[in-house]
Formats: sequence, structure tokens, C-alpha cells
Amino acid sequence: MFTFSLKKNTTIIIAATLLLTLSACGDSDDTAETPAPVPAPAPAPETPAEYTYAVTVTNLTYAQPLSPLGVILHAESKMWVTGEVSSVALEVLAEGGDNSDFIADSNALAAISSDGVILPGSAGMVEISTTDRNATYFTVATMLVNTNDAFSGLTGIDISEMTLDDSKSWNLNVYDSGTEANSELMGTIPGPVDGGTGFDAIRDDVDFVAYHSGVVSQDDGLSNSVLTQAHRFDNPAIKLTITRTK
Amino acid sequence: MTTSKKINTLLSAGALALASTSTMAQDMSITVTNLTQGLHFTPLLTSAHTSDNKMFMSGEAATAELQMMAEGGDISGLASMLTNADANNNENPAAGLLAPGMSTTYTLTNDSGNTHLSMVTMILPSNDGFVGLDRWEIPTEAGTYTINLNAYDAGTEANNELRGSGAPGMPGMPVPPPLDASYGMNGTGITDTESNTMVHIHRGSIGDDMADGGKSDVDNSIHRWLNPVAKLTVTIQ
Repeated sequence: MFTFSLKKNTTIIIAATLLLTLSACGDSDDTAETPAPVPAPAPAPETPAEYTYAVTVTNLTYAQPLSPLGVILHAESKMWVTGEVSSVALEVLAEGGDNSDFIADSNALAAISSDGVILPGSAGMVEISTTDRNATYFTVATMLVNTNDAFSGLTGIDISEMTLDDSKSWNLNVYDSGTEANSELMGTIPGPVDGGTGFDAIRDDVDFVAYHSGVVSQDDGLSNSVLTQAHRFDNPAIKLTITRTK
Repeated sequence: MTTSKKINTLLSAGALALASTSTMAQDMSITVTNLTQGLHFTPLLTSAHTSDNKMFMSGEAATAELQMMAEGGDISGLASMLTNADANNNENPAAGLLAPGMSTTYTLTNDSGNTHLSMVTMILPSNDGFVGLDRWEIPTEAGTYTINLNAYDAGTEANNELRGSGAPGMPGMPVPPPLDASYGMNGTGITDTESNTMVHIHRGSIGDDMADGGKSDVDNSIHRWLNPVAKLTVTIQ
């Protein structure tokens, strides 16, 4: 009896893990469910000295280039929370696409920026390595540059149970850092549509992070907008895959 | 002391006996987060009920009770309908409006047999928009589960996007005093027809960029949304 229930539990744990992986791709459906992380198995006796992860982002938008990815490995924490005030480093990333302050975070155990802008319809990849066994959570963030302060990413994702060649994917929604009003005015958008100002320390919006309501554009009723119908986006805006390669 | 020990023993035996069934009552801690920066939610109604009860269903016409909630934020009709069906309800956990970016946490214990969870709350500003969870089967495994929720349209009122009434069947959007200043005024109206009278995924608000006049009393830079608009997290003990 006991052996049977143990096996049953194991099956459930495997099923839950599969469900977690599958449901992460369909996040926008209200039936998607994410079970709690299952209890961690005992660490493998032979752990490699170095852990390497490949992070790939596919730009799913029509005309929103993505700023270089900021990727961080850290201990358990979140670098933004819905309903809470954005850090200045995140504000700098979300308003101007500059991830230098973001990846210089004092909690980062490893950090890297991808090389260039990821254009619509293309993918960008960056590898991040660490020998720090506490670097078991990851965060990635990128700006949708033809906006005032829209960004996408994931923060505080537990990767401690990823084994070699394990891969996880998510379709990700768009956040608004809440630090700059979505005026869409000429001179306020750093992307190629405008070439305007990126980071501005003034906070003239709700001053908390939440999901973005989308851009309106001059073609859909915001008469002073520098954006057109081409810059509109929907959720999800990016596909993110992380693969442990070492 | 002796008595409570005996009770403990009995409870332990009972727990063992029940462990193999999936129909025992469950204690749930539920958090609902408003994921938007510009929408308010009216008082929430959450209910654990039997599999053959529901609050709403896509592709079906709204009940009068759902219409009351979706057009005016009045959950009393749905709450008594479900209470009469022996459901376990939680009403208005945020004690009023749930503001943008805010969360509310509450507990709900379901009786055995009330195996499905539903939740609704009206979206402001909207004519008959609401956030909904439709008959989510409550897992028997302990753990924390996260569900993203979308915005629905009850299909009971034209989305004219104008200041108006929250009473069922009356046109226009209700304007609670705290939100008065954020609404525009004197719009001419987006539409006066509602040809899809079934519950459906809301197509979103149009709004305009004029505080006075224009087509809509909704602000297109603040009151639009993309799905999902809310997150429901359930922790089952």
C-alpha cells in the first residue's frame, strides 16, 4: 500500500512538472494553471563546477524592436512586483532600453546583456554562466522600444531543478513600469519611430508596475501620438526559452 | 486535556480514513490581483459550488443575476442564487473597489461536493465588462495554483462608453464617486447596439483623447486593457 502511494505521488509530481511546462505557454487562457513547485529532490551528488544557460527571446510583435536583453542569475528574489514601485534601474531599462544599471544590481550573482536589438520577427540569444551554486533564480527584461515605458520579461524564476539540456519556454505579456505617462508624444519614445528621450527621472504616471494596456496610436484615436497602427501590440509579445547547456 | 487527546486521536483516524478520498472539505487562501494600471474592480464574488452550478459561461446568455453584476457591480443576485444551491461564498473581500495594481486576499472553505471555483467582478469603466473565472476544478493536491483571468462582456448592454446607469437594462456606465474625475464627459457614444447577446471575451474599450466631448467618456490612454487583466492565486492547505 505504501509503495503504491509513493509511486502514485511520483507520477503526480511528474505530471505536475509537465503541466507546469505546458501551461506556461498558454498563460493567457483562464484555465491555465500553474501548480506549486514540487518539493526539491535531493541535489545530485556530482554537481558540475559551472552552470551555463542559453536564453533565447523571439520577438513576436509587428514593429516593436526589443532592447538588448538584461539577464541576471540571483538567489530567490523578484526584481519587480505587480502593484509595487519600479526600481530606478528598471525605470532606466523600461524608458530607454538601457539595461546597464539593471544588470549591475547588487543581488546579481551573474549578469549579462545580449549584443544587440532584437528586431520583430527575429530571435536573440545570450548565454550566461556561473559557478555560484546560489545562483538558482533567473530574471530577464527587455524594452519594447517604440513605447514610453513598456517592457517584457520574467523575474525570480526557480531554475535550481534544471538538469543538463532541460529547456523551459514561456509566452510573455507586456508590463508598464508606471514611471512615465503613455503620452506617445513626439520626443518621448526612444525607438526608431521617434528617436526621442529615453530615461527621464521624472515620474508622471501611476508609479507602480502592472500589465500594459497597449499603445493607442494616431490611427486609433490618440491624435498627438507619434506611433501608428504598426506599433500596436498584444499579449504575448515575446517567447522566452531557457536551456541549461552546461 | 484527556478529552482533547481523545479527539485528536479520533481526528487522526478520521484524517487517515479521508486521505484516500477526494471529497473532503478544503481550506483555500485566495489572492486576486488587479493586473491593470487603469481599471477598478467592483466587489468580488467567489464561490465554491457543485460541478453543475455556474456564474456564467461563454456562448450562453447572461442570467439576470449576472447582468446585475456586470452592468452595476451588484453581486447580491448571484450570491443568493449560489447560496440557495448550497455553495460556499466569499463576498466583497476588498470592502469596496479593488484599485489598479492592488491585491486582496481571503479564505474560503468548501464543503465536500463543492468541487468547482468561480469568481466574478465588474470592470470600471465599462458598460457590462467583467473579469471571470468559470468553474475551475479545485485540485485535490495541496499546493499553490495561479490562474490568469480575462475580461468578458456580458452581452447585455451596448458598449456606448458613456456615463450612465449601473441598473440592469439601463444604458451607460455606472460612475462611482471615487472614479468621477477620471471619466470623460459629453461623449456622443461608441455604439448603441449589442448584437452579440451571449457572454463573450470583451473586445476592449475604444475611448478617446478628449476629457469633454468626443465619442467616448473612457480615456484611451488610461482605461484600455489587454488580457489578462487579473491573476487569481489559490493556495490549498
